Formats: sequence, C-alpha cells, structure tokens
Amino acid sequence: MIAALNVLSALDRKLLRDLWHMRGQVLAIAAVIMGGVATLVMSLSTYDSLTTTRDRFYRDYRFAELFVNLKRAPEPVAERLREIPGIDRLETRVRAGVKLEVAGFADPITGMLLSVPDSGDALLNGLHMKRGRMVQPYSGDEVVLSDTLADAHRLEPGDRIAAIINGKRKALRVVGVAVSPEYVYQIAPGSMFPDFKRYGVLWMGRNALGAAYDMEGAFNNATATLARGASMQEVLDRVDAILGPYGGTGAYPRKDQFSNRFLSEELKQLQTTATIFPAIFLGVAAFLLNVVISRLIALQREQIAILKAFGYTHLAIGWHFVKLVLVVVALGVAAGTALGAWFGRWLADVYQETTFRFPYLDYLLNAGTVLMALLVSASAAITGTLFSVFRAARLTPAEGMRPETPTVYRATVLERIGLQRWLSAPTRMIVRHIERRPVKSLLTVLGISCACGLMMVGNYQKGAIDFMVDVQFRQSAREDLALTFIEPTSGKALHELAALPGVMHVEGFRDVPAMLRFENYSYRSAIFGIEPEGRLHRSLDRDLQPVRLPASGVVLTDHLANKMLHVKPGDLLTVEVLEGKRQVAQVPVLGITQQFLGVSAYMRQESLNELLHEGNVLSGAYLALEPGAEQAVYAELHERPRVLGMVANASAIRSFYATIGEFVLFYNLVASLLAGAIGFGVVYNSARIALSEGGRELASLRVLGFTRGEIAYILLGELAVLALAAIPVGMLVGIGLVGILVQAFESELYRLPLILNADNYASGAAVIVVSALLSGWLVWRKLGKLDLVAVLKTRE
Amino acid sequence: MGIAEQHELVFRARGLTKIYRMGQVEVPALRGIDLELFAGELVVLLGPSGSGKSTLLNILGGLDTPSSGEVFYLDHNLTEAGESDLTQFRRDHVGFVFQFYNLIPSLTARENVAVVTEISQAPMRPEEALALVNLGERLDHFPAQLSGGEQQRVAIARAIAKNPAVLLCDEPTGALDSQTGVVVLEALEKVNRELGTLTVLITHNVGIADMADRVVRLSDGHIVESRANPAKRPAHELSW
Repeated sequence: MIAALNVLSALDRKLLRDLWHMRGQVLAIAAVIMGGVATLVMSLSTYDSLTTTRDRFYRDYRFAELFVNLKRAPEPVAERLREIPGIDRLETRVRAGVKLEVAGFADPITGMLLSVPDSGDALLNGLHMKRGRMVQPYSGDEVVLSDTLADAHRLEPGDRIAAIINGKRKALRVVGVAVSPEYVYQIAPGSMFPDFKRYGVLWMGRNALGAAYDMEGAFNNATATLARGASMQEVLDRVDAILGPYGGTGAYPRKDQFSNRFLSEELKQLQTTATIFPAIFLGVAAFLLNVVISRLIALQREQIAILKAFGYTHLAIGWHFVKLVLVVVALGVAAGTALGAWFGRWLADVYQETTFRFPYLDYLLNAGTVLMALLVSASAAITGTLFSVFRAARLTPAEGMRPETPTVYRATVLERIGLQRWLSAPTRMIVRHIERRPVKSLLTVLGISCACGLMMVGNYQKGAIDFMVDVQFRQSAREDLALTFIEPTSGKALHELAALPGVMHVEGFRDVPAMLRFENYSYRSAIFGIEPEGRLHRSLDRDLQPVRLPASGVVLTDHLANKMLHVKPGDLLTVEVLEGKRQVAQVPVLGITQQFLGVSAYMRQESLNELLHEGNVLSGAYLALEPGAEQAVYAELHERPRVLGMVANASAIRSFYATIGEFVLFYNLVASLLAGAIGFGVVYNSARIALSEGGRELASLRVLGFTRGEIAYILLGELAVLALAAIPVGMLVGIGLVGILVQAFESELYRLPLILNADNYASGAAVIVVSALLSGWLVWRKLGKLDLVAVLKTRE
Repeated sequence: MGIAEQHELVFRARGLTKIYRMGQVEVPALRGIDLELFAGELVVLLGPSGSGKSTLLNILGGLDTPSSGEVFYLDHNLTEAGESDLTQFRRDHVGFVFQFYNLIPSLTARENVAVVTEISQAPMRPEEALALVNLGERLDHFPAQLSGGEQQRVAIARAIAKNPAVLLCDEPTGALDSQTGVVVLEALEKVNRELGTLTVLITHNVGIADMADRVVRLSDGHIVESRANPAKRPAHELSW
C-alpha cells in the first residue's frame, strides 16, 4: 500500500486519502450510481440476449415471414401460391385444434396439432429437439410435444397421451420434446395468459394428421418466406386473392404473428426500462455528487488556495476533483455492471422459465453496454459537479485563504407569521437550516422521494395484475368455462348444454375473424357477438360498469377505437368478414368499452348473425357451473365431438399466478434493493453533510451541556422533516412513474391499469423510513465521536 | 489569600495529571496539579501555550478527564463521573466562554442565550443576560450581523444566563483587539462582581492578570506560582 502510494503524485495521494476519509459517502453515492447502471445493464443485456437469441433461433430454424390460415384447399393450390412473384419458399401444413388427455390430469387441455412433412425436413419453422427424436416418416401415432406442455406434465419420449381430433379419440405416442420459433410464446386462442399445463403445441406426420383430420391431399395452413426485395403487401394481397375461395382468413406478416408480436412488445418494454430508470438514478447521483463535492471544496478552500499559490494550474485543480468524481463513478459502474449482469441473467432465466421458450439462451453482456453505462454515468456525474469544480478552479489563492463570508440567516416565514414563540431554539435552527437553502432542501426531498417512487413502481405489478384479473374474470368474463364448437353450430345447442347436470347457466357467443377499417386505419381482429344483457360475459364501460350492447352497431375496446382505428362513437366502421361469404358491411360504432387484455369489437349475437346472413348460429358458449361439478362437466364435454376446446377460468387464474410469482418476486427484490440504495444514498449523504457543516455548532452545544440526544434532534430533526416531506412527494413521483410505465407499455396485447393500493404507498413510505432510520443511526454513532475540545480551539 | 478563604470551596483538585497519547508518543500535559477555587473569585490562569492551562480548564469544566488524580466540584467527584453525568454537570453548573465565541450562526443573539436557558433549571431571562453585558439593543441580530466584541459578549450572556456556579473563559479576548477586549473583560468583571460567579480566565496575556483576585501561573504542566492580587485593577484601566 505504502509502496503503491509512493508511485502516485502527491495530488493523487491526497485524492485517495480524501476518498478514504469520506468513504461512507463515496459508497452511498456509488450505490446510487450502481442502481442506475444495474437497471441499465440488466435491461440492455437482457434485451441484447433475447434479441440475439431470437434472431439466431429464427434464422437457424427458418422461421417463416408470412402466415395464412384457410378452411381447406387441395394441395395443387400450393403450386399457384409458390408462383406468386416474391415468394421464396412456401410450405403447406395441416393445423388442427384438438382436445388432449394426459393421464392423471382432469382439467381440460387444448392443443394445436401441426403437421410436419413426412419426407425430408420441414422447409420452414424447424423444430429444435430438446429430447427424443422427430416423428418417423409415415408413422401413424407419433407426436413431438412442445417443451412447455411436456415439462408441465413431466412427459417424456415413450409416454402416451390421447387427442380428440375431429371428434375422434386417437392414442398418441410421444417421441420427442421440441421448441419452435413459431411458438416462443405460447398461449391458447382466447386465453389471457400462458398456461403450460392446459395448452400445448404438438407436431405429427402430415399423412397421419391429414388422415385423422380429413385433410388428405389438402392443407389449411401455409407459411412462406419472401425473396429479397419482395413487397410484403403485394404478396399478402396475391395470397389472399388465391386463397379467398378456399376460406382463407387473410395472410399476415411475421410482425403480426402472435408469438413474435408478444416477444417484440416485451423487448420494447425492456428498452423503456433501460431509459427511464437509469435516468432517475443517475439524476439523483448527479445531485448527490454536486452536494458532496461542493462541501468538499468548501472544506478544502484553503488547501486549494495553497496549491494554487504553489503554482498548480486551474486545470490541474479542476482535473483533481473530476478524477475524484470519476473514481466514485468507476466504483458505481463496476458494482452496477456486476449486479446488472446478475439481475439480467436472472431475468433472462425467469423469462425462459415462465414466458418465452428458446432452445438456448445466449446471455450477452456487450462491452458496448458497459461502455455506455460508463459514459452515461460519468457524464451525469461530471455535469452534476462541474459548477463546483469550476468554482474551485477559479478561486484566487488570496481569496481562498480568507475564510468564507459567514452565512447570512434570517427569520423564517414561520417566524414572520408569528409562530416563533411556539418553537424552541433547536427547532428554530432546524427551520432556518431548511429555509436557508431552499433549492438544496427541495432537491433532497426530491431525491428521497425517488426512493419512494421506485419502490412503488417495483411493487406496482402485483396490484395491477390483481386488478386486471379481478376486472377480467370477476366482472367481465365471469363464466367458469368457455367452450368453442368445432364449427358454427345452431343455437339449439345451448339447450343441450343447459341440460347437463352441474350447469347452472349458459350463454352463447358467435365470433368471426374480421378486418376492421376506418379511413386509412385498419386492424385485423375478430368480432364477438354476445348476449346484450349477459350475466356471464359482459363488456364494461370506463367506470367498469356493464354496458348494454346496442341493438345494431358495434362497441369497441378503448385502445382499439382511440389508438388504432381512430374512431369515435357515431363513425361508420367498415367490417370485412374474413370467413365464409366474406361479407363487407358498414357498421356504426356505438360505444367504447374498457378492457385491459387484448382488444375486441363486440356486437349483439343476433346482430352479428344478421350481418353474416345466417340464423341463430353460435361459435361457442359460456357456462356457469355449480361448485364442485367442474370435473364432471369437463369429462362430459370432453366426450362431445362438437366441442373443440375449453378454457376454465379458475384454473387459468391459478396457473397464471403460479407463473407470475417469480416475476413479482424478481421485481420486488430489485425494486427494494435499488430504492433502498437511492433512499439511503440521499439521506445518508445529507446527514453527513449536515454533520460536516454543523459539527462545530453541535460540539459547542455539547460543551454547553446539551446531551447527544438533544444535538441529534437538531441534526436529524432537519432530515426527519425532509424525509417526512418526501413521503407525500414520493407518492406523487410513484404515481407519475407508474403513469409513464402505463403509457409506455400500452399495446394492443394489454394495457396496465393505473392502480396503486395501500400496500404500494406503504412500501414506498417504508423505504424512506427505513433508509432514514439507518442513516440516522450511522450519524448518531458519529455524534458520539464529536471532538468537544478541538472545537473550542479552532476558528470556523 | 484573604478573600478566598472566606468563601465556599467550589473546586478542589489533587494530584491531577493528564497524558495525551498520540500514536506511539505520550505527551504529558499536566504533571500533578493541586488547586482550590472558591466561590466569587476571579482567577486568572496564566501561562505560555502548551503549559497545560487549557487542559486544566477542560477538566474543571467536565470536558475531559484526568489520567490520574481527583477533582471535586463541591462534593461531586468529577473524576468518577460518566459521560452523561458530565453533560449534566456542564448543563447545570458551568458557563463557558470560548476564544472564537462558538455562537450558533442560525440563531439570533437572544436565541443563542435562549438555547441554554431553555435547558436550565433556574435561568435568568435571555434579555436580562444580554442587558448585563450591555447588548440589550441588539437582541434580534444574528451573529453574522455583530462585531467580534459583540459576539463575545453574547457568548458571555449565554454562559451566565443559567446562573452557573462557575464561569470558565478560555482566551476570551484572544481573537479581539485590545480596545474591544477591554469591553469584553469589563463584562466579565461585572458578572463576577454582581452575580458573584466564580470566574476562571485563561490567558497568556500578563496584562490581564491585573484584574484578578488571584493569579495562578502554569508552566510545563505544573503550577509554578499562585498569588493573591491585592492591587486588583478594574478592567477599563488595562491595556496590552
């Protein structure tokens, strides 16, 4: 150590000793910088990892660029599609919605069965085999399972399951477990959340599936890649023109592919996180450095003057303090990078575990990310201290050796309005200290309040999700079970369902894929026809009250109406049905509804039937079940050939909570840690500076007979006032930050509600109180070490 | 020693030593001090810097403890007192005046006195204390608005406002010019005369010794002389 010190210049040795002397503050500020860098590194590295992994996975496994579903077309139609200019490779498939049976699991499981070619590898959407092997050509009963379903049920190659395909039970043998670029994010149609236990994707040989699904020599799904330079829109139009007569429901590009779309949204959010949070942390760090360096320079006024008198240049002095700041930054960046990398790896794992399935996850920490963290932190820190450093450099030696002009105090507002007789002298000291530097006091309050705000953001998700689940499942989709028919079915089916033992109430629905257009805006969606005064499935208005659907016309989700189609009630919406006779109709928009998950267009079922020129026809039904009757009803419906799929709400909610648990834990931990760092950083630094500035005063009071508690009141009372003031301000900051998040994360997939409950506020306040108490305790210990004798012998 | 012996014994020190340990080196500050101080006395402790006079004052005032020996305040043994006892002792019985005033910059003259009277048993009113040092006119000025002499008189008012048994002054004129210094000494003289407060005044300025009832001279940690001063002169006649 000594030897190392000797190599350094005298000024650098001073720097190291200064740093050591104020190590507590250095660490506290470095911790705040660490928070910023950690969030930056966590978000960016996870973003980089997911993007790189996604791109590699998509490329290596030939993820298609164009997708289309249709009712049924003979295989030769594929040749016409391949001839479309701009199509590079095209592959047809059979795609079948199925019900699955896994031994020992009574809840309904729905699945998507996709064909793989019997000869040669799939051209597109290749499978990454995690275990086992691909199905053998022309085998009759072999399937490959998506790893989510296999893992959820611990299914291994060699296990047997059964599927109801087209109403017929078929025994299947699992030969492999795989991951597909098409299903990185897996969610059952009509579901709100991924449910690995109750939904899965399966792959089966084309011949076997064709035979089971009555699709021999035909296809109902095609995917393609485009040639370089081809126009996507032109190709989509030509595909639609060819497949229209075959019941094509509209081709769509990769960006609208559900799994990919969800992944992109998540990545966008990571970028938002990478901007907002580091900005807060680094802003606070800049402020803290400003305060601490200003104080240091005030304390070293004479030293600086003497160094100048010896001939050190302005630049040398300025650089000296900049270096000091940079050491703090370097510490923060190093710790933040390590912490961020750890968080990032963890977050990537949580994603892999609960949301996105990749065959591998390349965790990437780019040098660029670290460099960026360093640059951003250093510039924030230097900006924060530039003014003080500049002042230090400018100080003329003669001026520096004179004491600073004494601070001028005056009576405070409180006293001017006549409250002084209620205040003891120590209390007046507190009030005057705060009032003397209003800007600093205000910034301190703001800094501390950031801790509260961040904590609230960290805990926000849980409450928001609870609220969304409550709105979705207890107010809007209140059915116990939603089932879809294999094809549109007469309304009479309702009577049959209502008559099942255990079924209390039944409501039918009709849904149809449709393109919604208004002026030059369009959105490919579905129209839901439901009962106007349904008890089970209802749409809700802004105040979350059920909306009675108007007799004619359509009601749209707010996001769809306002942000996507830009329509308002009264406008005429063009509806192009993408199925059957492909009607095109002008339908008035008659209302806007509130919905947090997905976007939808609602009509009365009878109006939709009318639009489709059909009678009382249903796509499915919502059921309310008697408590305890669920399993029996599932079993009964499972046997019905016309029932394609079932979604049970209660189990969906349960499994959803199980999967998000880890996310909630992750965000709570990160938030507590980082909010704690910022809270402690600000409070502790304020306390230390107050102690440094007021130490002489406090020691004098000790000499006059004040106890340690009494002088602590003066010092910590000021902080307590600021910390208490920071609680309501912090709550506002929290509301603001959550508001920003809600705005930033708004998408057609979901919108977060701006919901903050008592727990959120309490946790925000708690982080301030805990940081304040901890800082207070550390400073209390310092107060015990005040040198009472020295204070008598030194001039201020 | 005529005056002293008629009065109550306030402080009694026996065999006081104080050794400061600075790393490896031991620096003796007091090497065996015996001293008695009586109520109403004005005692000047005289000595060059490093003679131990401040250390002695700090021990008497309960700011420091001796390495060996005993100090009694009335019948309280200060040597055995703990930190909180010493705090209580200072709070109730000792008034301090420092070379650099040590006023609280954020409090006015009146409030600087009040900060002590608020925690005292039977204090005088701050205004009264300030009037005693002829500062009745400048009650609501902050320290930064007062001259050095005025600040020191506020410090004296602050020290006496609690009616202490002893007033300990460490170089009270050290930071002042002679003319202003005399005004401050007059204030101390007045307090000593009118309130009868035992006043101990440290100085290295021999000229000031003439206002004392008794002069104690220290050198190198020993008391080398303790003499009564029958030819006591009023402060306004002093100059240096």
